[in-house]
Amino acid sequence: MAFMPFITAGDPDLAATQAVLHELAARGVDLIEIGFPYSDPIADGPVIQASYTRALAQHLHVNQIFATVRETTANAAQPLPPLVAMVAYAIIFRMGPEKFVADACQAGFSGLIVPDLPADEAAELSRICRAAGIDLVELIAPTTTPARTQRILETATGFIYCISVAGITGVRDELPAELQEQLKWLKSQTKLPLAVGFGISRPDQVDSLRGLADGVIVGSAIVRHIGAISESQVPLPTALQNLGTLAAQMVAATHK
Amino acid sequence: MNSTITAPQKLSQVPDENGRFGEFGRRFVPETLMHALEELTAEYARAKADPSFSEELAGLFRHYVGRPSPLYFAERLTKLCGGARIYLKREDLNHTGAHKINNAIGQALLTKRMGKSRVIAETGAGQHGVATATACAHFGLPCVVYMGEEDIRRQKLNVFIMRTMGAEVRPVTSGSRTLRDAINEAMRDWMSSVAGTHYIIGSVVGPHPFPMMVRDFQSIIGRETRQQCLEQLGRLPDEVIACVGGGSNSAGMFYPFVEDASVKLTGVEPGGRGTKPGEHASTLSYGVKGVLHGSYSYVLQDADGQTQDVHSVSAGLDYPGVGPEHSFWKDTGRVQYTPVNDQDALAAFDLLAKQEGILPALESSHAIAQVLKTARSRSASDIVVVCLSGRGDKDVYEVARLRGETI
Repeated sequence: MAFMPFITAGDPDLAATQAVLHELAARGVDLIEIGFPYSDPIADGPVIQASYTRALAQHLHVNQIFATVRETTANAAQPLPPLVAMVAYAIIFRMGPEKFVADACQAGFSGLIVPDLPADEAAELSRICRAAGIDLVELIAPTTTPARTQRILETATGFIYCISVAGITGVRDELPAELQEQLKWLKSQTKLPLAVGFGISRPDQVDSLRGLADGVIVGSAIVRHIGAISESQVPLPTALQNLGTLAAQMVAATHK
Repeated sequence: MNSTITAPQKLSQVPDENGRFGEFGRRFVPETLMHALEELTAEYARAKADPSFSEELAGLFRHYVGRPSPLYFAERLTKLCGGARIYLKREDLNHTGAHKINNAIGQALLTKRMGKSRVIAETGAGQHGVATATACAHFGLPCVVYMGEEDIRRQKLNVFIMRTMGAEVRPVTSGSRTLRDAINEAMRDWMSSVAGTHYIIGSVVGPHPFPMMVRDFQSIIGRETRQQCLEQLGRLPDEVIACVGGGSNSAGMFYPFVEDASVKLTGVEPGGRGTKPGEHASTLSYGVKGVLHGSYSYVLQDADGQTQDVHSVSAGLDYPGVGPEHSFWKDTGRVQYTPVNDQDALAAFDLLAKQEGILPALESSHAIAQVLKTARSRSASDIVVVCLSGRGDKDVYEVARLRGETI
């Protein structure tokens, strides 16, 4: 299984984001999702939302995120794993989908996840991504009907982001029992890898997904370690150490 | 006929089955909500076609809300302006004191029909929160209302009323702590509770079918007005004016008139204290096309697509987006939108109280201010109708504070 951590760009600043990317690469993670802070994130829980608010309070701009990622990928001592941008459609639309995708490719992103762009509205962006050779990752929720799933799978590329629970991002103790059934069924419907996100924070939660999912996404638990720099004055090196330890445990659990 | 050219949508026949008002509207929400929106669209279509639903709603409008609301000739205001005859559509006389109850009671009835057992809502000024709490008390539905901390401060009276009606008011402390963040928080709740909960959105905003559904429930305002004009005055009005925040009273007022080419339609936006970003909430006057709260419409956002802070003296108009149908009406030229600033709205609040003995909501005061500016340039035979969307009792603390008085 692959381990795919999520981080927020620019929290608390872009220099820290660079350090986090290097730390996660050094710990052997398989893919990194980079969240573009957005003012009105309706799918995100309090931890990720607070990280967006902190980053935007520093007047973070989209072009700065691209510049930082480009610089980090170009100057990395060891190559970074694939990077995927998690970004609200409001941001993509404002910049223009063509330009956003071109800039994302140039920065070194290999995929996009647009949590508020359902497959029904994704035709244009899907075409642009395909032409640019970048993946547009589609999401499937516990509430997605089989008919909707079929439609989503028709255009999906890269991997399928399986939302584990009907709800927002954030740490949860248990994954719902129906998740396993849904993953089994999905596996019979698509050859694309299945990555599970929302609610996962600990290595022991990985066991219940073994053999069913191809990847595990952890967001809030990772973001919380970086948030501690601002929330409880934890020094950056300590935050990196804590984050690195969790990443290493998750890598060990998923690669077992 | 050239089959490659698709006919433009008729003004009264929007949205299409994908929720498009021209290019506007649609659905930009997480996949988690898509099935619920599809179900809601289907169930609303069945309810709309079911005579027993319309009959029950009509009965509630008549016996619970107190409809039809009067169309009142404002004689002293007309004399003062010295031009067009000014009529007020008295939505302030509805139960709970504003037009918001029309939509809340309609959606609560739909909630019962769908077999859902819990209601959530967002509120800005608190009028929609009160209307939803009221409708839920009537139907015996548990109700949670999300309200920005800043708005809770400005609208204590409505918070007290909601709690008395049995609703839980949850303060929202994220972002700007106003209506926009209350909508985010209600959407987050709905993401987790969608199976058994209905979200009664308070304006013609959000993903399809909300903009259409809220407009339909509010269209009782325009239908009555149109009929009252024909019966009382023998003809249609020359102009209809209504305020626009998210745009529900104006959408309900304008929609039944959109095919009447002789009727000028004017939407009044909150001009706040200036034209710079952050000083106003005039989305159609100064905004750009973009995505916010699940639909594509005009929005107030920066060059990166981040939502901008807004200001209005009126908590109910303090919103950085607007309903997609208004964007459609703006771009087709069917409705003219114009800003009115805080000061003029406050002056209109005062003037209507003294001239007519009617205390208007600060939202509605924006529409009154507009007629004060334009009535005199019309002839005495012209008829202008202003939608008095709500009463001003809820605003007295804020107005007193601005005057430096304590109540």
